[in-house]
Amino acid sequence: MLHIINQSPMSSSTLDTCLNVATGGDILLIEDAIYAATAGNAYEAKIKEAMSRFKVYALMPDIEARGLADRVLEGVSTVGYDGFVDLVVANSNCQSWL
Amino acid sequence: MSEEGIKKFMFVNRKAPYGTVYALESLEVVLITAAFDQDVSLAFLDDGVYQLKKGQQTKGIETKNFSPTYRALEGYDIEKLYVEKEAMEARGLTEDDLLVDVTVLTRAEMGALMDEQDVLLSF
Amino acid sequence: MKFGIVVNEGPYQHQASDSAYLFCKAAIEKGHEVSRVFFYHDGVNNATKLTEPPQDDRNIVNRWSKLAEEHGVDLVVCVAAALRRGIRDENLAAGFRISGLGQLVEAGIQADRLVTFGD
Repeated sequence: MLHIINQSPMSSSTLDTCLNVATGGDILLIEDAIYAATAGNAYEAKIKEAMSRFKVYALMPDIEARGLADRVLEGVSTVGYDGFVDLVVANSNCQSWL
Repeated sequence: MSEEGIKKFMFVNRKAPYGTVYALESLEVVLITAAFDQDVSLAFLDDGVYQLKKGQQTKGIETKNFSPTYRALEGYDIEKLYVEKEAMEARGLTEDDLLVDVTVLTRAEMGALMDEQDVLLSF
Repeated sequence: MKFGIVVNEGPYQHQASDSAYLFCKAAIEKGHEVSRVFFYHDGVNNATKLTEPPQDDRNIVNRWSKLAEEHGVDLVVCVAAALRRGIRDENLAAGFRISGLGQLVEAGIQADRLVTFGD
């Protein structure tokens, strides 16, 4: 299953809930959720811990737009919109955690 | 897909009522989906649990109280209502506070149920 | 693969509409089909032809219309949500049509994947 997150973990519980409820699969961070994929932020430890259960992806155009391309956490795979499409295809279902 | 032409639809509700329109407009989709003979379930997580709180009185905010609609779902053969146990407890609520009969699931059980769905809708 | 898309937020206010559009474009470029985009909640505001952004900004509404024209994407605006927000046939942009919520459910049934963009 693909879990799509679009909120910063510092201002919303969305990513927390996803990590607590979801059994595993792929997580794609888009829009303001990409802040979760950057080194040195308060959520870094949680994301690193989550990597043992989930494969974590982040949308590069959203990272670049926010000036954080040089700070992507190790272990996070970056994708473009084409990679976003591939992830939706590769997973049999997807949930946008709104 | 479980049966030919029937998909498992789950509506994931994580937002409280009235502060935003999402809960009301989500419920409108649920009612329409019932007419398509699909396998429909509703999940209430986080503040979405507040949608089911008994005793909503909306006169003072001049907004329609749509909470009775949850009781009417049974008449549309929508009987799978799931509430996240941890979310309910974190809000000081028990099943007695809710206006409909629900199945209370742990986070892990809820996550497993989501995995089984064909279409997950969240607003 | 056949995709259905749901857009729940209005243009310019939230990134959801931009993300949805760029996803659709990438899917089509990869040879997939985007059969329908369903606009719900404030997403219905993506459909007004009265939109006039500054010249140096993207025209979100026209972008959707072009996608419909060039790739046959069915752009459906929820009637109940639209009427609540003053979107009617008189101010509907090219390529959009107003219809019922059943169109959303139908997209969920017929598409291989339904992807939602919202707040």
